[in-house]
Formats: sequence, structure tokens, C-alpha cells
Amino acid sequence: MTESALAVQLGVLGAYLVVALGVGIAAYRLTGRDAEDYYLAGRSVGTVVLLFTTFATLLSAFTFFGGPNLAYNAGPEWILVMGVMDGLLFAILWYAIGYRQWLIGRVEGYVTLGEMLGDRFGSKRLRALVAGVSLFWLFPYVMLQQMGAGEAIVGLTDGAVPYWAGAAFITLFMIVYVVLAGLRGVAWTDTIQGVFMLGIVWVAVGWVLSSAGGFAGVSASLSANRPEFLALGGGLYSPQWMIAQAVTIAFGVTMFPQINQRFFVARDDRVLKRSFTLWPILVLLLFVPAFLLGTWAAGLGVAVPEGANVIPVLLNAYTPAWFAALVIAGALAAMMSSSDSMLLSGSSYLTRDLYRPFVNPAADAEREAWLARIGVAAFAIGTFVASLFRPGTLVEIGSTAFGGYAQLALPVLVALYWSNTTRRGMLAGIGGSQVFYVAHVFVPATTIGGVTVFGSTYLTWDVALYGMALSLLLTVGVSLVTAPDSDERSERFRVGTGAD
Amino acid sequence: MQRRKTDYLWVGVFGVLTALGIPWFLWGSAATWAGLPVWLWWHIGWMVLAAIAFAGFTRGAWDRGMNLNGVGADD
Repeated sequence: MTESALAVQLGVLGAYLVVALGVGIAAYRLTGRDAEDYYLAGRSVGTVVLLFTTFATLLSAFTFFGGPNLAYNAGPEWILVMGVMDGLLFAILWYAIGYRQWLIGRVEGYVTLGEMLGDRFGSKRLRALVAGVSLFWLFPYVMLQQMGAGEAIVGLTDGAVPYWAGAAFITLFMIVYVVLAGLRGVAWTDTIQGVFMLGIVWVAVGWVLSSAGGFAGVSASLSANRPEFLALGGGLYSPQWMIAQAVTIAFGVTMFPQINQRFFVARDDRVLKRSFTLWPILVLLLFVPAFLLGTWAAGLGVAVPEGANVIPVLLNAYTPAWFAALVIAGALAAMMSSSDSMLLSGSSYLTRDLYRPFVNPAADAEREAWLARIGVAAFAIGTFVASLFRPGTLVEIGSTAFGGYAQLALPVLVALYWSNTTRRGMLAGIGGSQVFYVAHVFVPATTIGGVTVFGSTYLTWDVALYGMALSLLLTVGVSLVTAPDSDERSERFRVGTGAD
Repeated sequence: MQRRKTDYLWVGVFGVLTALGIPWFLWGSAATWAGLPVWLWWHIGWMVLAAIAFAGFTRGAWDRGMNLNGVGADD
């Protein structure tokens, strides 16, 4: 790497950190001392910020690295999976789960999913189960982000900064930032980030197209070198696989703590309506160009070294070094902003759903706000230490997190709409499907009498889908055969005014 | 009764939007138009169509199924 590119990368990263810190301080001055303001920005978030903070949180690193790599290796059909997953299914769930949670949360003042369910079903155990399951999948997922960021710093500085120092620096910055800024600051930097990413990906497309001979040129090289990439399907892309990915990720995303908590933060229902409408457009604007870049790189015969990402390699070949550096530094910043959101939500699950109900029920609002910040630090330090050792088990859990979260979605959906759902139904549905899914992640596949069990698919369909079906079956089935206890309060989810 | 009917209509609309988000009828087709695969143009058109349909939903049918005021929506 040239000296000037390194200077640009460090300059952009430095500028991002300074801007982030400025935003953090501004947010700190606006944030009240209670937990609701810290975690939910006082339920006052507007359309643009909500849309971009959800989006940036969701997929920032994947947009620039993972997704284009996939398109480079297997073809651009992932664009269609993203369309069904984020543009359609997630938008519909945004209404079905998100809007409903927002309506309920606004009346009852809930801050976390576990709190909402625990209160409705009169069960501390259910509250702890939901929080525990969520943290089980979240902790390794955050660890993966830290590993990625640490490695990106190594790459950025050509090894001058060792991995542990890079990861430690990023962890420290995130702790300071999240402790200061709360959700308000995190959402603001996400928005700056999202607008920046959206702009830069289109500039990248324009630049690559103009230096590689326009649409006609890249299309001709694609049909000459990788004709199979133009055809829909084939290779990795089977209908079963595409459907399973779209469904499990869309449902899983709604239960990721940092996404689920955002369902509570909208200022009014107009914000939710507008963001619901804009989902397909945002998906179109961001993912089509990002994944096409990866696809074109394959057609243009760009060689990606083992372990490297295709976008930086492509940009280095077709755009000036400073521009490539800008994109890489931006992606690193994006990774940090996703982790910020996860830390914040993780800490709220930890302190509100586990510490407070079980250890110290008497904690007042001010004490809880302190605890929240200590929770952030504890969570971040924990994932940092884990990222130094990189235990294989945690890596495996982190990379199967979407499927794990998807198991929570249907029981929650049933509880939100069906007033006959019982506590035992929920415990069975959530507990049963988690056991089923975790067993399939960890128990090695074995063949018994010609049938493979504990593999990743049954009859070519992903095991996560079977888990979701099981969660639905158990929740509804057990609810039908059990009666609610007297302390279950189905009226909590009634929402309406006239129904009382 | 009228409300019931439009409820089903929206369920149908969402169902069709999701089911055809991947243009299954173009499976295996490598036809291109203006340098991009035809199925990618389908995706672009479909997302725009979905946004228009969603905008229609937020105007005329928002609150469906939310049980506000006891029944369906308060239009």
C-alpha cells in the first residue's frame, strides 16, 4: 500500500472518530438521566434517523464485504434474496411485529422484549429466558464484529498495529462512546454513516463503470468470463436455499436485540408508516450497486487473494487509491457503529431483564442508568477478551445467530396477536425450538438407517425452518391444552381503547 | 363485511409481493436487457411496485389487524 493511501485511510478513520465523539457529546448533553431516555432516546426518533439506524445496524459490514464477496464467488442472485428478505418480508414484519410492539410499548412503557413478555405473562422466568437466549446469540456475534474490526485495523496499517491493540482501541472507543451517547448518539452516527455509505457506493459504481467501458463493457466481459452469473439460479442458488435464507434472516433480524428495541423508539405512527414504505426503495438503492460491484469484479477477472475482500481489490484496480481507502475506512467505521448498537441493547437486556429482577429489584432509576453504562463496559470487555482467544464454539454460535433469533420470532408473533397464548405455551415454544436448533448447530451429523439427522438440512430445506415450525407448533399446542394462571395479563397486549 | 374483504385483499397483495419477489418464471434464464439480466430488472421494478403498494397500505389500511378500538381499523 502506498504511503498516501495509508494517510487517507487513517485520516478518514480519525475524522470519523472525531465526528462520532462530537455527536456523542451533543447527545449526552440532551439525554436525561433515566434508562428510557438512554436506551430509547425518549421514544422520539424521526423517520430518516430510524430508517438509517435500523439499516446501518443491520447490514453495514455485510454490504461492503460479505455480500459482494458472495456475489463475486456465486453470482448476483443474492440481490433477489435481499429483496425478499429486507425489502418485503422485513417490511411486513416491521408492521406486524414492530408496529404492534410500538403500540403496546408506548402504553406500557416497555424498554426490552423480555420485559414486555415477562409482564404480559406474569413470569420472571420467561423474561429471563428471552433475555438469556438473546444474549447467548448476541455475545458471540459482537465478538465477531470486534474480530473483524481488529483485523481491518491490521490490514489498514499493514500490520504496524497488532491485532490485540487494534481491537482494544476499538473496544475502548466504543465503551466511551456508548456510555456517553446512549441511543440518541448511536442513531445519529448511524444516520451520518448510512448516508455516507449510500453515496459512496454509487460513486464507486460510476467510477468502475467509466473505467471498465460502461454497462456494455462489463456486461460483455461477464458473459464472456462468467456466463453462468447472468442466469437466474444455479450453483449455490437453489430455490430452497434462497427461500430459507430470506425467511430465517428476515424473521431472525426482528429478534436481534438492537433491531427489536428500535421498534419502541419511533416518535409517532407517521414515522413507522414512512419507514415501512421506504424499505424496498432503500434495499434497491443500497444492495443492487453493492452486489453488482462484486459480480462485475468476477467478470472483469479481478483476482482476489485468499482471505481478502473483493470490493477493496476491485476499487484499487479501477479507482484512485484515496477513493479505495475512503471506502475501506468507511466500512470499518460501519462495523463499529453496528457494534455500538448491539452493545447498548445487550446491556439493556443484561441490566433490566437479568440483574434487576433477580439481583436487585429495588434499584431506582438513577442507579439503573449507572448500571446500564457499567453493563455496556462489562459486555464490551467480555467480547473483547473472547475475541483474543477466538474459541471455535463462539465463532460457530455467532455465525448461526440469525437462525437462533428466528426461533424466537413466531412465539412472539403468536403472543402479540392471540390472547389465548399461555405462559407455558411461550416457555415450551421458545425453550423447545432453541434446544432443537442448538442441538443441530452442535451435534455432529449422523446417518441412521439412510436418514441423516443433525445435519444442516432435512429434505434439502434448512433446519432453521423446521425449528421455526416447531416453535409455532409448541407455542400454539401447549397454549391450547393449558389454562392461563391468574397472574397472566392478556389485557396488557390488547392495545385498543374500545376493547377494555 | 366490507372491511373483512379489504383485509383479505391486503393479505393477498402482501402474499403475491413476497412470493414473486424472486421471479421464479425466469429461473435459468440468462437474457439481458441494457447490460443487466432481465431478472434484475424485474427486481428493480418489483421493489418500486412494493413501495407503491406499501404507500397505499399506509394511507388506506394502516392499523388493520391491530385491534384498535376493539374491531378493525379506525380509518
